[in-house]
Amino acid sequence: MKNKFSTIDSCKHWAAEAGPGYPEAVSRWLDHVRDTDTDIKAFAFIDTEKVKERASLNVGAGRGERLRGVPIGIKNNICVRGALTTCCSEMLREFRPVYDAHVVERLEREGALIVEGLNMDEFAFGSSCETSSFGYTRNPWDISRIPGGSSGGAAAAVASGSIPASLGSDTGGSIRQPAAMCGVVGLKPTYGRVSRYGLIAFASSLDQIGPITRNVSDSALMLEIISGYDKRDSTSVDLEVGKFTENLDRDIKGLRMGVPEEYFTGGISPGVRSRVEEAISVMEGLGAEVTRVSLPHTRYAVSCYYVVGPAEASSNLARFDGAHYGYRSGKPGDTTDMYFNSRDEGFGDESKRRVLLGTYSLSSGYYGKYYLKAQKVRTRITEDFLAAFEKCDCLVTPTTPTTAFGIGEKTRDPLEMYMSDVFTSPANLAGIPAISLPCGTAENDMPVGLQLMAAPFREDTLIKAAHAFERNTEHHKRYPLSGKDPGGQDVEG
Amino acid sequence: MRAGKVLFKMAKYDTVIGLETHLQLSTETKIFCGCGNVFGDPPNSRVCPVCLGHPGSLPVLNRKAFEYAIKVALALGCGVQRTVKFDRKNYYYPDLPKNYQISQYDMPIAYDGKIKITLPGGVHKVIGITRAHLEEDAGKLLHDIPGPSSYVDLNRTGTPLLEIVSEPDISSPEEAYLYLVELKRLIRYLGVSDCNMEEGSLRCDANISLKPAGAAVLGSKVEIKNLNSFKAVREALNFEVARQTEALDEGEAIPQETRLWHEEQRVTISMRTKEEAQDYRYFPDPDLVPFEVSSGVIESVRETLPELPASKQERFLGQYGLGEKDIELLISDIDLADFFEKTVKIFSDPQVVCNWVKGEVMMHLKEQGESIESLGLSPQTLAEIIQMASSGRISGLSAKSVLKEVIGTGRSAEDIVRERSLEQVSDKGELEGIVDSVIADNQKSVNDFRSGKEAAIGFLVGQVMKKTSGKANPKVAGEMLRKRII
Repeated sequence: MKNKFSTIDSCKHWAAEAGPGYPEAVSRWLDHVRDTDTDIKAFAFIDTEKVKERASLNVGAGRGERLRGVPIGIKNNICVRGALTTCCSEMLREFRPVYDAHVVERLEREGALIVEGLNMDEFAFGSSCETSSFGYTRNPWDISRIPGGSSGGAAAAVASGSIPASLGSDTGGSIRQPAAMCGVVGLKPTYGRVSRYGLIAFASSLDQIGPITRNVSDSALMLEIISGYDKRDSTSVDLEVGKFTENLDRDIKGLRMGVPEEYFTGGISPGVRSRVEEAISVMEGLGAEVTRVSLPHTRYAVSCYYVVGPAEASSNLARFDGAHYGYRSGKPGDTTDMYFNSRDEGFGDESKRRVLLGTYSLSSGYYGKYYLKAQKVRTRITEDFLAAFEKCDCLVTPTTPTTAFGIGEKTRDPLEMYMSDVFTSPANLAGIPAISLPCGTAENDMPVGLQLMAAPFREDTLIKAAHAFERNTEHHKRYPLSGKDPGGQDVEG
Repeated sequence: MRAGKVLFKMAKYDTVIGLETHLQLSTETKIFCGCGNVFGDPPNSRVCPVCLGHPGSLPVLNRKAFEYAIKVALALGCGVQRTVKFDRKNYYYPDLPKNYQISQYDMPIAYDGKIKITLPGGVHKVIGITRAHLEEDAGKLLHDIPGPSSYVDLNRTGTPLLEIVSEPDISSPEEAYLYLVELKRLIRYLGVSDCNMEEGSLRCDANISLKPAGAAVLGSKVEIKNLNSFKAVREALNFEVARQTEALDEGEAIPQETRLWHEEQRVTISMRTKEEAQDYRYFPDPDLVPFEVSSGVIESVRETLPELPASKQERFLGQYGLGEKDIELLISDIDLADFFEKTVKIFSDPQVVCNWVKGEVMMHLKEQGESIESLGLSPQTLAEIIQMASSGRISGLSAKSVLKEVIGTGRSAEDIVRERSLEQVSDKGELEGIVDSVIADNQKSVNDFRSGKEAAIGFLVGQVMKKTSGKANPKVAGEMLRKRII
């Protein structure tokens, strides 16, 4: 008998049945994860003592009810006070932050049970979860395949039913791409919507924290809880947060949907194309007005992203030097040796590659040619979007060009790996909100993600459109391994 | 100017100097976090995740630091950048926990200003200010703790700094010194920094190059670091002028380099050459969103500007009728000027107060080498002592001694006068008998005075003082003697 979580609601139900107090609920939940996560390894580790300790501290009165007793998984680059927050790197293997990230405070305020330790690509550098120093996470739909990345653990844990919802971070698609590949819902909010305070930075101008859930209504709920101004993050926007959950169950008659031609060319697989085109037809059937639009600078997005992202990362990761915290090499030498050896031994290959790339593009003599030029391209990409949103309310595209690929299939060719971000990175460069939701399966019977993008701070439109699609289709009910919807009830494993 | 021109013609080389001055702004909290901005606390006691550069922490600009910078900009006659933008300066050093410093690269908050200095002989010279920009200070490395390790104190990390860069308009080490004195005076007037070089709240690097007299092309720039006082700046620059002159005379090329001033040996030592210069890879800090500064904000800062030295000088001239030299001294420091004015409000003879300030007060200031505040002397107390002296209640000599004791012990002037029985006897009734007996006992001197020997009266007053153990008011005694003898 296995007890699989599905949605936040069904989990609340389960948590209530599990016992009156948290301790028992926590123990039962930990048993549950051991069952569901054995083959998947969505969790790089679980610090059971820490989970219990925080749960016991969080029982008190004055807490919100919307997530009471609900375990929420946290990607391992979001700071949880006193808990291992490693970015899945040797560099931070023993690192325990002295403070909680803004989003962690928000979740606990609603009574959530914080479970950190979800696997990820090292420092979020990757699209397959293969660069983690804790080893691979496997796709619950086919354990020979990758779950996507970098929030691979966060997506796989929701897909496998280990947890009903998780928080990931998205710099170039790191929430949406794994959500698509694992057949769950991933939302990247508008840049500035959610405070980054406590998110270990990859690229500060692109990073955004967002939810991964089994359905759109949970996504709306999670977004509602974590959004809003935080004075500790200067890039957080002081704008009233609407009730995203009120955008559920709306019809989409007359919703202007743009289909950008640039997202249906090149490396897109036939299966992915078919599923997305079918999804567009469904939307049209629901009353959406579909128009073709063009975002001409899209083809430069990946190049632009791989200049801007590593440039910022090279500076953000400079602090990991062995001097103050984190890994320090045991080799003898002076301060410079300590820097070199600690960084050489503490960082994995992909991290080194990104730091080198970024250092190069910021260097004297190359700054104008690479960094500055990329910023100019970024402006063009943003302008493309803003022009498109004059004519339509949202854009609909595939989330990824292909379904999940095999473990090890692309690790030898970084450029091929980087192309996984081709449809997702433009939204980060433009700072606009985007959501990926399941729209069926394609090659190898693996899930396909449908991506919707909207104008800045129009997450309401995304949720309305995504929920309309979800209500009228069955894709989100397909479940990996069993292929059945547990609906929060016990099912045979 | 004439003397300068003669020298100019005689010198074989022109000296070109530019100064970079770092000011720690005296805000209550650090520039990007809420930690207290204080000097001298136990190591690593004023830190938080932000100034420790912990992963996931983010900077938020301290509005006060930004306003202080605008204040300096306005006082230096600078333009104020309407878009405030911060950049990252990337380099590795253990006192810099993020391994980048948040600074301003291409859009300094202030640009194109000037500062006027007065050269010996009273000639004014204008030194241009290229720019002033905001940045965060780094921590400190502690090497002198016993054992094989060095330690890092990050209390200073995140202290707001304003770096003020001068144009290469400075033509001699002496001018560099005068520039610093003037800059410090101005900043102290604004009250935005303590300008204490010992505590590091004012730090200075100097750039110097020599070129053949009159040549258009500048020589190679040498940067001098580790200058811990204004005098060290002047001395190090003098050393460099001599060193470079000698090298040029020998036909050697001056390499572009950074040199350290060695305080004990009084020489500069090469630290790194241009080839070893770092590439700081500046780029806009994505954690701090650029923002616009409205005219309203600038105007509201302008309203907080105090009276600056030039206007104060003019006002003092009209209001107090003091000599130019006196005024120059009084306004050399804002605290001194304020102290003077507060004292005059109580004892309303400006010249008498000025004499006391430039004499006794300055003497104690120089001995203690600190601020007027640290002397523990209030304007009320000084006025009280001056009042005692000029009313004849105590002698001038006693007054000076009382002042010294007040400064040394912090006791009240009144208590000191009472305890030491310093009050003079000015009561004629009390002095009558003594004066009479002095006249009776010293007939020779009395006769001398009668025959026109003015000096004889001094001797007689001295006798009165002797008989009263110095407590008689000499002025009163003199008057009584004259009356009786004539």
